[in-house]
Amino acid sequence: MAGPALSETDSDAAGLAVRLRAVSKTYDNGVTALGPLDLDVAKGDFVSLLGPSGCGKSTALRLIAGLGTPSAGTVSVSHRATKADGRHPIGFVFQEPTLMPWASVRDNVCLPLKLAHAAPAEADRRIEEALAQVGLAEFAGAYPRELSGGMKMRISLARALVTDPDILLLDEPFAALDEITRFRLNDDLLSLWRKLHKTVIFVTHSVFESVYLSQRVIVMTARPGSISAEFRIATAEPRGEAFRTSADYAGYCREVSNALAPSYSGQRSA
Amino acid sequence: MSSLQNIGRMLLPVVVLAAGLALWEFVVRVNDIQPYVLPSPTTVFQTLVSDWPVLSESLGVTLLTTLEGFIAAAVGGVALALVFNQSKWLEYSLFPYAVILQVTPVIAIAPLLLIYLSQQTAVIVCAWIVGFFPVLSNTTLGLNSVDRNLAGLFQLYGASRLQTLRYLKLPAALPFILGGLRIAGGLSLIGAVVAEIAAGTAGAGSGLAFRIAESGYRLNIPRMFAALLLLSVAGIVIYGLLALVSHLVLRRWHESAL
Repeated sequence: MAGPALSETDSDAAGLAVRLRAVSKTYDNGVTALGPLDLDVAKGDFVSLLGPSGCGKSTALRLIAGLGTPSAGTVSVSHRATKADGRHPIGFVFQEPTLMPWASVRDNVCLPLKLAHAAPAEADRRIEEALAQVGLAEFAGAYPRELSGGMKMRISLARALVTDPDILLLDEPFAALDEITRFRLNDDLLSLWRKLHKTVIFVTHSVFESVYLSQRVIVMTARPGSISAEFRIATAEPRGEAFRTSADYAGYCREVSNALAPSYSGQRSA
Repeated sequence: MSSLQNIGRMLLPVVVLAAGLALWEFVVRVNDIQPYVLPSPTTVFQTLVSDWPVLSESLGVTLLTTLEGFIAAAVGGVALALVFNQSKWLEYSLFPYAVILQVTPVIAIAPLLLIYLSQQTAVIVCAWIVGFFPVLSNTTLGLNSVDRNLAGLFQLYGASRLQTLRYLKLPAALPFILGGLRIAGGLSLIGAVVAEIAAGTAGAGSGLAFRIAESGYRLNIPRMFAALLLLSVAGIVIYGLLALVSHLVLRRWHESAL
Protein backbone atom coordinates (compact mmCIF):
# COMPACT_ATOMS: atom_id res chain seq x y z
CA MET A 1 0.00 0.00 0.00
CA ALA A 2 1.36 3.40 -0.92
CA GLY A 3 1.91 5.97 1.77
CA PRO A 4 0.97 9.63 1.51
CA ALA A 5 2.91 11.81 -0.82
CA LEU A 6 5.79 12.96 1.31
CA SER A 7 6.32 16.15 -0.59
CA GLU A 8 8.94 18.67 0.39
CA THR A 9 7.83 21.46 -1.81
CA ASP A 10 4.53 23.31 -1.59
CA SER A 11 3.58 22.46 1.98
CA ASP A 12 7.07 23.24 3.24
CA ALA A 13 7.03 26.62 1.62
CA ALA A 14 3.90 27.53 3.57
CA GLY A 15 5.42 26.26 6.84
CA LEU A 16 2.92 23.42 6.95
CA ALA A 17 3.54 20.04 8.46
CA VAL A 18 0.41 18.40 7.12
CA ARG A 19 -1.87 19.42 4.31
CA LEU A 20 -5.07 17.65 3.29
CA ARG A 21 -6.96 18.71 0.19
CA ALA A 22 -10.49 17.40 -0.56
CA VAL A 23 -9.58 14.13 1.13
CA SER A 24 -12.32 11.54 1.40
CA LYS A 25 -12.38 7.89 2.33
CA THR A 26 -14.99 5.39 1.23
CA TYR A 27 -14.61 1.85 2.50
CA ASP A 28 -15.15 -1.26 0.41
CA ASN A 29 -18.57 -1.76 1.96
CA GLY A 30 -19.69 1.59 0.52
CA VAL A 31 -19.61 3.55 3.77
CA THR A 32 -18.13 7.00 3.33
CA ALA A 33 -16.30 7.60 6.58
CA LEU A 34 -14.66 10.89 5.81
CA GLY A 35 -14.74 13.96 3.71
CA PRO A 36 -14.28 15.85 1.72
CA LEU A 37 -11.84 17.31 4.20
CA ASP A 38 -9.42 20.23 3.89
CA LEU A 39 -6.92 20.63 6.67
CA ASP A 40 -3.70 22.56 7.13
CA VAL A 41 -1.56 21.99 10.18
CA ALA A 42 1.32 24.41 10.74
CA LYS A 43 4.68 23.13 11.90
CA GLY A 44 4.96 22.95 15.66
CA ASP A 45 1.23 23.38 16.18
CA PHE A 46 -0.87 21.34 18.60
CA VAL A 47 -4.15 20.58 16.88
CA SER A 48 -7.09 18.54 18.18
CA LEU A 49 -9.64 16.82 15.99
CA LEU A 50 -12.81 16.70 18.05
CA GLY A 51 -15.97 14.84 17.12
CA PRO A 52 -18.42 12.09 17.99
CA SER A 53 -17.45 8.44 17.69
CA GLY A 54 -17.41 7.28 14.09
CA CYS A 55 -17.00 10.77 12.60
CA GLY A 56 -13.90 9.71 10.70
CA LYS A 57 -11.35 11.55 12.82
CA SER A 58 -9.37 8.37 13.38
CA THR A 59 -9.63 7.64 9.66
CA ALA A 60 -8.16 11.08 8.93
CA LEU A 61 -5.30 10.39 11.32
CA ARG A 62 -4.58 7.00 9.73
CA LEU A 63 -4.52 8.59 6.28
CA ILE A 64 -1.99 11.17 7.48
CA ALA A 65 0.12 8.35 8.89
CA GLY A 66 -0.02 6.52 5.57
CA LEU A 67 -2.02 3.62 6.99
CA GLY A 68 -4.40 3.42 4.05
CA THR A 69 -4.89 5.57 1.02
CA PRO A 70 -7.57 8.23 0.52
CA SER A 71 -10.35 7.44 -1.96
CA ALA A 72 -10.00 10.96 -3.33
CA GLY A 73 -7.89 14.05 -2.64
CA THR A 74 -4.30 14.47 -1.63
CA VAL A 75 -2.46 14.04 1.65
CA SER A 76 0.92 15.66 1.94
CA VAL A 77 3.20 15.42 4.93
CA SER A 78 6.43 17.34 5.13
CA HIS A 79 9.53 15.99 6.79
CA ARG A 80 13.13 16.94 7.12
CA ALA A 81 15.11 15.89 4.08
CA THR A 82 17.91 14.19 5.98
CA LYS A 83 16.85 10.88 7.37
CA ALA A 84 19.47 10.04 9.93
CA ASP A 85 19.96 6.65 11.49
CA GLY A 86 16.63 5.22 12.66
CA ARG A 87 14.68 8.43 12.22
CA HIS A 88 11.08 8.34 11.07
CA PRO A 89 8.96 11.40 10.28
CA ILE A 90 5.79 10.18 12.00
CA GLY A 91 5.07 8.82 15.46
CA PHE A 92 1.70 7.22 16.12
CA VAL A 93 -0.04 6.47 19.41
CA PHE A 94 -3.15 4.30 19.28
CA GLN A 95 -6.16 4.31 21.57
CA GLU A 96 -4.86 1.13 23.19
CA PRO A 97 -1.21 0.97 24.24
CA THR A 98 -0.65 -1.57 21.41
CA LEU A 99 2.47 -3.02 22.99
CA MET A 100 3.90 -6.41 22.14
CA PRO A 101 3.10 -8.49 25.24
CA TRP A 102 6.00 -10.87 24.58
CA ALA A 103 8.62 -8.12 24.61
CA SER A 104 10.05 -6.11 27.50
CA VAL A 105 9.45 -2.37 27.74
CA ARG A 106 12.89 -1.77 26.31
CA ASP A 107 12.29 -4.05 23.32
CA ASN A 108 8.89 -2.47 22.70
CA VAL A 109 10.39 1.00 22.57
CA CYS A 110 13.23 -0.33 20.43
CA LEU A 111 10.89 -1.70 17.77
CA PRO A 112 10.89 1.27 15.33
CA LEU A 113 14.69 1.42 15.55
CA LYS A 114 15.06 -2.32 15.03
CA LEU A 115 12.84 -2.19 11.96
CA ALA A 116 15.03 0.61 10.60
CA HIS A 117 18.23 -1.37 11.36
CA ALA A 118 19.58 1.36 13.63
CA ALA A 119 23.04 0.86 15.13
CA PRO A 120 22.77 -0.78 18.58
CA ALA A 121 24.74 1.91 20.43
CA GLU A 122 22.64 4.67 18.92
CA ALA A 123 19.46 2.68 19.64
CA ASP A 124 20.42 2.24 23.30
CA ARG A 125 20.96 5.96 23.70
CA ARG A 126 17.63 6.79 22.02
CA ILE A 127 15.67 4.26 24.07
CA GLU A 128 17.13 5.57 27.29
CA GLU A 129 16.26 9.11 26.27
CA ALA A 130 12.71 8.24 25.22
CA LEU A 131 12.02 6.32 28.43
CA ALA A 132 13.42 9.19 30.48
CA GLN A 133 11.14 11.61 28.63
CA VAL A 134 8.07 9.69 29.78
CA GLY A 135 9.53 9.14 33.27
CA LEU A 136 9.82 5.36 33.10
CA ALA A 137 13.57 4.86 32.75
CA GLU A 138 13.68 2.32 35.59
CA PHE A 139 11.03 0.08 33.99
CA ALA A 140 13.06 -0.89 30.90
CA GLY A 141 13.20 -4.56 31.91
CA ALA A 142 9.52 -4.92 32.85
CA TYR A 143 6.89 -6.61 30.71
CA PRO A 144 3.73 -4.76 29.61
CA ARG A 145 1.41 -6.89 31.75
CA GLU A 146 3.30 -5.80 34.85
CA LEU A 147 2.45 -2.13 34.21
CA SER A 148 -0.65 -0.03 34.88
CA GLY A 149 -2.79 1.39 32.05
CA GLY A 150 -1.20 4.82 32.39
CA MET A 151 2.32 3.42 32.33
CA LYS A 152 1.56 1.34 29.24
CA MET A 153 0.34 4.48 27.52
CA ARG A 154 3.58 6.24 28.46
CA ILE A 155 5.57 3.37 26.94
CA SER A 156 3.49 3.71 23.80
CA LEU A 157 4.34 7.43 23.78
CA ALA A 158 8.03 6.67 24.30
CA ARG A 159 7.94 4.30 21.32
CA ALA A 160 6.42 7.05 19.19
CA LEU A 161 9.12 9.51 20.34
CA VAL A 162 12.08 7.18 19.92
CA THR A 163 12.47 7.89 16.20
CA ASP A 164 12.53 11.65 16.90
CA PRO A 165 9.55 12.26 14.58
CA ASP A 166 8.50 15.65 13.24
CA ILE A 167 4.84 14.84 13.64
CA LEU A 168 3.14 13.05 16.50
CA LEU A 169 -0.28 11.55 15.78
CA LEU A 170 -2.36 10.51 18.78
CA ASP A 171 -5.64 8.63 18.37
CA GLU A 172 -7.68 9.10 21.58
CA PRO A 173 -4.65 7.90 23.53
CA PHE A 174 -5.97 8.58 27.04
CA ALA A 175 -9.64 7.70 26.52
CA ALA A 176 -9.48 4.50 28.53
CA LEU A 177 -7.66 5.98 31.54
CA ASP A 178 -9.06 7.29 34.79
CA GLU A 179 -9.37 11.04 35.15
CA ILE A 180 -6.41 11.69 37.44
CA THR A 181 -4.04 9.64 35.28
CA ARG A 182 -5.44 11.36 32.25
CA PHE A 183 -4.79 14.85 33.67
CA ARG A 184 -1.24 13.90 34.51
CA LEU A 185 -0.61 12.48 31.06
CA ASN A 186 -2.16 15.59 29.52
CA ASP A 187 0.30 17.77 31.46
CA ASP A 188 3.21 15.52 30.56
CA LEU A 189 2.25 15.59 26.90
CA LEU A 190 2.06 19.39 26.99
CA SER A 191 5.49 19.72 28.56
CA LEU A 192 6.95 17.28 26.03
CA TRP A 193 5.39 19.31 23.24
CA ARG A 194 6.88 22.55 24.60
CA LYS A 195 10.29 20.94 24.98
CA LEU A 196 10.51 18.97 21.74
CA HIS A 197 8.71 21.33 19.34
CA LYS A 198 6.86 18.59 17.53
CA THR A 199 3.74 19.02 15.47
CA VAL A 200 0.96 17.21 17.32
CA ILE A 201 -2.39 16.08 15.92
CA PHE A 202 -4.57 14.78 18.72
CA VAL A 203 -7.84 12.97 18.11
CA THR A 204 -10.33 13.02 20.99
CA HIS A 205 -14.02 13.08 21.79
CA SER A 206 -13.49 15.06 24.98
CA VAL A 207 -14.21 18.78 24.74
CA PHE A 208 -12.30 19.45 27.97
CA GLU A 209 -9.23 17.57 26.86
CA SER A 210 -9.12 19.25 23.47
CA VAL A 211 -9.44 22.76 24.90
CA TYR A 212 -6.89 22.12 27.60
CA LEU A 213 -4.25 20.77 25.25
CA SER A 214 -4.54 22.43 21.89
CA GLN A 215 -3.63 25.59 20.09
CA ARG A 216 -6.42 24.79 17.63
CA VAL A 217 -9.55 22.73 18.16
CA ILE A 218 -11.17 21.44 14.98
CA VAL A 219 -14.76 20.27 15.43
CA MET A 220 -15.94 17.59 13.05
CA THR A 221 -19.44 16.55 12.02
CA ALA A 222 -20.80 13.03 12.14
CA ARG A 223 -20.29 10.61 9.26
CA PRO A 224 -19.08 11.42 6.72
CA GLY A 225 -16.71 13.56 8.77
CA SER A 226 -15.92 17.08 7.72
CA ILE A 227 -14.95 20.25 9.56
CA SER A 228 -17.85 22.18 11.07
CA ALA A 229 -16.05 24.69 13.26
CA GLU A 230 -12.61 25.71 14.38
CA PHE A 231 -11.36 27.45 17.52
CA ARG A 232 -8.04 28.96 18.41
CA ILE A 233 -7.35 28.59 22.11
CA ALA A 234 -5.33 31.67 22.93
CA THR A 235 -4.09 31.67 26.49
CA ALA A 236 -0.93 32.27 28.43
CA GLU A 237 1.63 29.46 28.17
CA PRO A 238 2.61 27.26 29.84
CA ARG A 239 -0.79 25.91 30.74
CA GLY A 240 -1.40 24.14 33.98
CA GLU A 241 -3.85 23.66 36.79
CA ALA A 242 -4.56 27.41 36.84
CA PHE A 243 -5.82 27.32 33.26
CA ARG A 244 -7.92 24.22 33.90
CA THR A 245 -9.83 26.02 36.65
CA SER A 246 -10.03 29.44 34.94
CA ALA A 247 -13.11 31.17 33.59
CA ASP A 248 -11.37 31.40 30.21
CA TYR A 249 -11.15 27.62 30.07
CA ALA A 250 -14.82 27.22 30.98
CA GLY A 251 -15.76 29.75 28.33
CA TYR A 252 -13.82 27.96 25.61
CA CYS A 253 -15.32 24.66 26.64
CA ARG A 254 -18.83 26.09 26.43
CA GLU A 255 -18.20 27.51 22.95
CA VAL A 256 -16.69 24.26 21.67
CA SER A 257 -19.48 22.20 23.24
CA ASN A 258 -22.09 24.34 21.51
CA ALA A 259 -20.31 23.86 18.19
CA LEU A 260 -20.13 20.12 18.77
CA ALA A 261 -23.79 19.68 19.76
CA PRO A 262 -25.22 19.56 16.19
CA SER A 263 -22.87 16.66 15.41
CA TYR A 264 -24.70 14.63 18.01
CA SER A 265 -28.24 15.70 17.06
CA GLY A 266 -28.77 12.84 14.65
CA GLN A 267 -27.33 10.31 17.07
CA ARG A 268 -29.82 10.48 19.91
CA SER A 269 -30.54 6.79 19.69
CA ALA A 270 -26.86 5.85 19.67
CA MET B 1 -10.40 -24.05 52.39
CA SER B 2 -8.60 -23.58 49.10
CA SER B 3 -5.49 -25.42 50.28
CA LEU B 4 -7.77 -28.24 51.44
CA GLN B 5 -9.33 -28.21 47.97
CA ASN B 6 -5.88 -28.41 46.40
CA ILE B 7 -4.92 -31.39 48.51
CA GLY B 8 -8.22 -33.01 47.60
CA ARG B 9 -7.58 -32.41 43.92
CA MET B 10 -4.21 -34.15 44.13
CA LEU B 11 -5.29 -36.90 46.48
CA LEU B 12 -8.67 -37.97 45.11
CA PRO B 13 -7.48 -39.38 41.76
CA VAL B 14 -4.81 -41.38 43.64
CA VAL B 15 -7.44 -42.71 46.03
CA VAL B 16 -9.67 -43.67 43.09
CA LEU B 17 -6.74 -45.44 41.40
CA ALA B 18 -5.83 -47.36 44.55
CA ALA B 19 -9.46 -48.33 45.16
CA GLY B 20 -9.87 -49.46 41.54
CA LEU B 21 -6.71 -51.55 41.64
CA ALA B 22 -7.68 -53.10 44.98
CA LEU B 23 -11.13 -53.99 43.68
CA TRP B 24 -9.61 -55.48 40.52
CA GLU B 25 -7.13 -57.55 42.53
CA PHE B 26 -9.89 -58.64 44.90
CA VAL B 27 -12.27 -59.73 42.10
CA VAL B 28 -9.54 -61.70 40.32
CA ARG B 29 -8.44 -63.51 43.51
CA VAL B 30 -11.87 -64.24 44.93
CA ASN B 31 -13.17 -65.63 41.64
CA ASP B 32 -9.84 -67.29 40.85
CA ILE B 33 -9.81 -65.78 37.36
CA GLN B 34 -6.98 -67.14 35.20
CA PRO B 35 -4.31 -64.69 33.94
CA TYR B 36 -5.14 -65.44 30.27
CA VAL B 37 -8.66 -64.16 30.93
CA LEU B 38 -7.93 -61.24 33.24
CA PRO B 39 -4.56 -60.84 34.97
CA SER B 40 -4.52 -59.18 38.39
CA PRO B 41 -2.66 -55.87 38.81
CA THR B 42 0.16 -57.63 40.67
CA THR B 43 0.55 -60.09 37.79
CA VAL B 44 0.69 -57.22 35.32
CA PHE B 45 3.34 -55.52 37.43
CA GLN B 46 5.34 -58.75 37.74
CA THR B 47 5.17 -59.17 33.97
CA LEU B 48 6.31 -55.61 33.51
CA VAL B 49 9.40 -56.36 35.62
CA SER B 50 10.14 -59.82 34.19
CA ASP B 51 9.54 -58.79 30.54
CA TRP B 52 11.28 -55.46 30.93
CA PRO B 53 14.14 -56.27 28.49
CA VAL B 54 11.64 -56.98 25.69
CA LEU B 55 9.21 -54.25 26.65
CA SER B 56 11.82 -51.52 27.17
CA GLU B 57 13.27 -52.20 23.74
CA SER B 58 9.80 -51.94 22.20
CA LEU B 59 9.13 -48.78 24.19
CA GLY B 60 12.31 -47.28 22.76
CA VAL B 61 11.26 -48.15 19.21
CA THR B 62 7.79 -46.65 19.64
CA LEU B 63 9.10 -43.52 21.32
CA LEU B 64 11.66 -42.98 18.57
CA THR B 65 8.94 -43.32 15.91
CA THR B 66 6.71 -40.94 17.85
CA LEU B 67 9.51 -38.41 18.18
CA GLU B 68 10.32 -38.56 14.47
CA GLY B 69 6.66 -38.26 13.54
CA PHE B 70 6.21 -35.40 16.00
CA ILE B 71 9.20 -33.46 14.66
CA ALA B 72 7.96 -33.99 11.11
CA ALA B 73 4.47 -32.84 12.16
CA ALA B 74 5.79 -29.79 14.02
CA VAL B 75 8.14 -28.67 11.25
CA GLY B 76 5.67 -29.55 8.48
CA GLY B 77 2.67 -27.95 10.20
CA VAL B 78 4.43 -24.68 11.02
CA ALA B 79 6.12 -24.49 7.61
CA LEU B 80 2.90 -25.12 5.74
CA ALA B 81 1.07 -22.52 7.85
CA LEU B 82 3.81 -19.98 7.06
CA VAL B 83 3.56 -20.73 3.36
CA PHE B 84 -0.24 -20.39 3.48
CA ASN B 85 0.11 -17.13 5.36
CA GLN B 86 2.38 -15.68 2.68
CA SER B 87 0.29 -16.81 -0.27
CA LYS B 88 -3.50 -16.89 -0.19
CA TRP B 89 -3.59 -18.75 -3.51
CA LEU B 90 -1.47 -21.60 -2.18
CA GLU B 91 -3.72 -21.77 0.88
CA TYR B 92 -6.87 -21.94 -1.27
CA SER B 93 -5.27 -24.65 -3.44
CA LEU B 94 -3.90 -26.91 -0.71
CA PHE B 95 -5.90 -26.41 2.47
CA PRO B 96 -8.82 -28.69 1.43
CA TYR B 97 -6.38 -31.56 0.95
CA ALA B 98 -4.90 -31.00 4.39
CA VAL B 99 -8.43 -31.32 5.73
CA ILE B 100 -9.08 -34.48 3.72
CA LEU B 101 -5.87 -36.01 5.04
CA GLN B 102 -7.01 -35.15 8.55
CA VAL B 103 -10.57 -36.48 8.35
CA THR B 104 -9.66 -39.78 6.68
CA PRO B 105 -9.07 -42.29 9.50
CA VAL B 106 -5.37 -43.05 9.68
CA ILE B 107 -6.06 -46.71 10.44
CA ALA B 108 -7.50 -46.93 6.91
CA ILE B 109 -4.52 -45.19 5.30
CA ALA B 110 -1.85 -47.19 7.13
CA PRO B 111 -2.16 -50.49 5.18
CA LEU B 112 -1.89 -48.57 1.93
CA LEU B 113 1.22 -46.72 3.08
CA LEU B 114 2.78 -50.03 4.09
CA ILE B 115 2.49 -51.21 0.50
CA TYR B 116 4.35 -48.28 -0.99
CA LEU B 117 6.79 -47.36 1.79
CA SER B 118 9.24 -49.28 3.90
CA GLN B 119 7.76 -50.08 7.27
CA GLN B 120 10.08 -47.66 9.05
CA THR B 121 9.02 -44.79 6.80
CA ALA B 122 5.34 -45.74 6.75
CA VAL B 123 5.13 -45.63 10.54
CA ILE B 124 6.69 -42.17 10.67
CA VAL B 125 4.43 -40.93 7.88
CA CYS B 126 1.41 -42.16 9.83
CA ALA B 127 2.56 -40.32 12.94
CA TRP B 128 3.08 -37.23 10.80
CA ILE B 129 -0.34 -37.41 9.11
CA VAL B 130 -2.14 -37.51 12.44
CA GLY B 131 0.03 -34.90 14.11
CA PHE B 132 0.53 -32.16 11.54
CA PHE B 133 -3.03 -30.89 11.20
CA PRO B 134 -3.47 -29.45 14.70
CA VAL B 135 -0.13 -27.71 14.29
CA LEU B 136 -1.14 -26.35 10.88
CA SER B 137 -4.56 -25.11 11.91
CA ASN B 138 -3.40 -23.67 15.23
CA THR B 139 -0.45 -21.89 13.65
CA THR B 140 -2.71 -20.49 10.92
CA LEU B 141 -5.10 -19.25 13.58
CA GLY B 142 -2.22 -17.67 15.48
CA LEU B 143 -0.72 -15.96 12.45
CA ASN B 144 -4.14 -14.46 11.68
CA SER B 145 -4.71 -13.29 15.26
CA VAL B 146 -2.18 -10.48 15.13
CA ASP B 147 -3.35 -7.25 16.75
CA ARG B 148 -4.56 -4.99 13.94
CA ASN B 149 -2.99 -1.87 15.41
CA LEU B 150 0.36 -3.59 15.92
CA ALA B 151 0.24 -4.64 12.28
CA GLY B 152 -0.48 -1.00 11.43
CA LEU B 153 2.52 0.07 13.47
CA PHE B 154 4.79 -2.33 11.55
CA GLN B 155 3.38 -0.94 8.30
CA LEU B 156 3.95 2.63 9.48
CA TYR B 157 7.61 1.96 10.20
CA GLY B 158 8.07 0.27 6.83
CA ALA B 159 8.71 -3.25 8.13
CA SER B 160 9.59 -5.83 5.49
CA ARG B 161 7.59 -9.05 5.17
CA LEU B 162 10.35 -10.96 6.88
CA GLN B 163 10.54 -8.48 9.76
CA THR B 164 6.77 -8.58 10.21
CA LEU B 165 6.90 -12.36 10.27
CA ARG B 166 9.81 -12.58 12.65
CA TYR B 167 9.03 -9.81 15.11
CA LEU B 168 5.22 -9.77 14.98
CA LYS B 169 3.46 -12.76 13.50
CA LEU B 170 5.57 -15.58 14.90
CA PRO B 171 5.68 -14.27 18.49
CA ALA B 172 1.94 -13.55 18.36
CA ALA B 173 1.31 -17.07 17.06
CA LEU B 174 3.60 -18.75 19.59
CA PRO B 175 0.92 -19.58 22.22
CA PHE B 176 -1.23 -21.10 19.45
CA ILE B 177 1.68 -23.07 18.00
CA LEU B 178 2.53 -24.47 21.43
CA GLY B 179 -1.11 -25.46 21.93
CA GLY B 180 -1.02 -27.27 18.58
CA LEU B 181 2.21 -29.04 19.51
CA ARG B 182 0.67 -30.23 22.76
CA ILE B 183 -2.12 -31.93 20.80
CA ALA B 184 0.29 -33.21 18.15
CA GLY B 185 2.49 -34.94 20.75
CA GLY B 186 -0.28 -37.27 21.87
CA LEU B 187 -1.53 -37.75 18.32
CA SER B 188 1.93 -38.72 17.06
CA LEU B 189 1.93 -41.54 19.58
CA ILE B 190 -1.48 -42.64 18.33
CA GLY B 191 -0.27 -42.47 14.72
CA ALA B 192 2.79 -44.56 15.55
CA VAL B 193 0.70 -47.16 17.38
CA VAL B 194 -1.87 -47.39 14.60
CA ALA B 195 0.81 -47.92 11.97
CA GLU B 196 2.61 -50.49 14.10
CA ILE B 197 -0.57 -52.47 14.54
CA ALA B 198 -1.28 -52.34 10.83
CA ALA B 199 2.31 -53.39 10.14
CA GLY B 200 2.31 -55.95 12.94
CA THR B 201 -0.40 -58.00 11.30
CA ALA B 202 1.85 -58.13 8.25
CA GLY B 203 4.48 -59.81 10.42
CA ALA B 204 7.33 -57.36 10.95
CA GLY B 205 7.91 -54.89 13.73
CA SER B 206 9.13 -54.46 17.25
CA GLY B 207 7.33 -51.49 18.80
CA LEU B 208 4.99 -51.58 21.80
CA ALA B 209 1.86 -51.79 19.66
CA PHE B 210 3.39 -54.71 17.80
CA ARG B 211 4.04 -56.38 21.17
CA ILE B 212 0.38 -55.89 22.08
CA ALA B 213 -0.81 -57.47 18.83
CA GLU B 214 1.73 -60.28 19.12
CA SER B 215 0.86 -60.99 22.77
CA GLY B 216 -2.80 -61.08 21.79
CA TYR B 217 -2.17 -63.88 19.32
CA ARG B 218 -0.23 -65.79 21.98
CA LEU B 219 -2.86 -65.16 24.67
CA ASN B 220 -0.12 -63.52 26.73
CA ILE B 221 -2.68 -61.18 28.31
CA PRO B 222 -0.48 -59.93 31.21
CA ARG B 223 2.08 -58.68 28.70
CA MET B 224 -0.69 -56.93 26.72
CA PHE B 225 -1.66 -55.08 29.86
CA ALA B 226 1.95 -54.24 30.68
CA ALA B 227 2.57 -52.86 27.19
CA LEU B 228 -0.67 -50.89 27.33
CA LEU B 229 0.38 -49.44 30.68
CA LEU B 230 3.68 -48.32 29.17
CA LEU B 231 1.88 -46.68 26.25
CA SER B 232 -0.38 -44.74 28.64
CA VAL B 233 2.58 -43.60 30.72
CA ALA B 234 4.43 -42.58 27.56
CA GLY B 235 1.42 -40.51 26.45
CA ILE B 236 1.17 -38.80 29.84
CA VAL B 237 4.90 -38.03 29.91
CA ILE B 238 4.79 -36.61 26.37
CA TYR B 239 1.86 -34.36 27.25
CA GLY B 240 3.49 -33.29 30.51
CA LEU B 241 6.78 -32.43 28.81
CA LEU B 242 5.09 -30.35 26.12
CA ALA B 243 2.92 -28.57 28.70
CA LEU B 244 6.07 -27.81 30.69
CA VAL B 245 7.87 -26.43 27.63
CA SER B 246 4.82 -24.30 26.81
CA HIS B 247 4.70 -22.96 30.36
CA LEU B 248 8.42 -22.14 30.43
CA VAL B 249 8.30 -20.34 27.10
CA LEU B 250 5.19 -18.29 27.85
CA ARG B 251 5.44 -17.63 31.56
CA ARG B 252 6.83 -14.10 31.26
CA TRP B 253 3.96 -12.72 29.22
CA HIS B 254 1.04 -14.93 28.26
CA GLU B 255 -2.18 -15.08 30.27
CA SER B 256 -2.38 -18.87 29.97
CA ALA B 257 0.92 -19.33 31.82
CA LEU B 258 0.30 -16.95 34.72
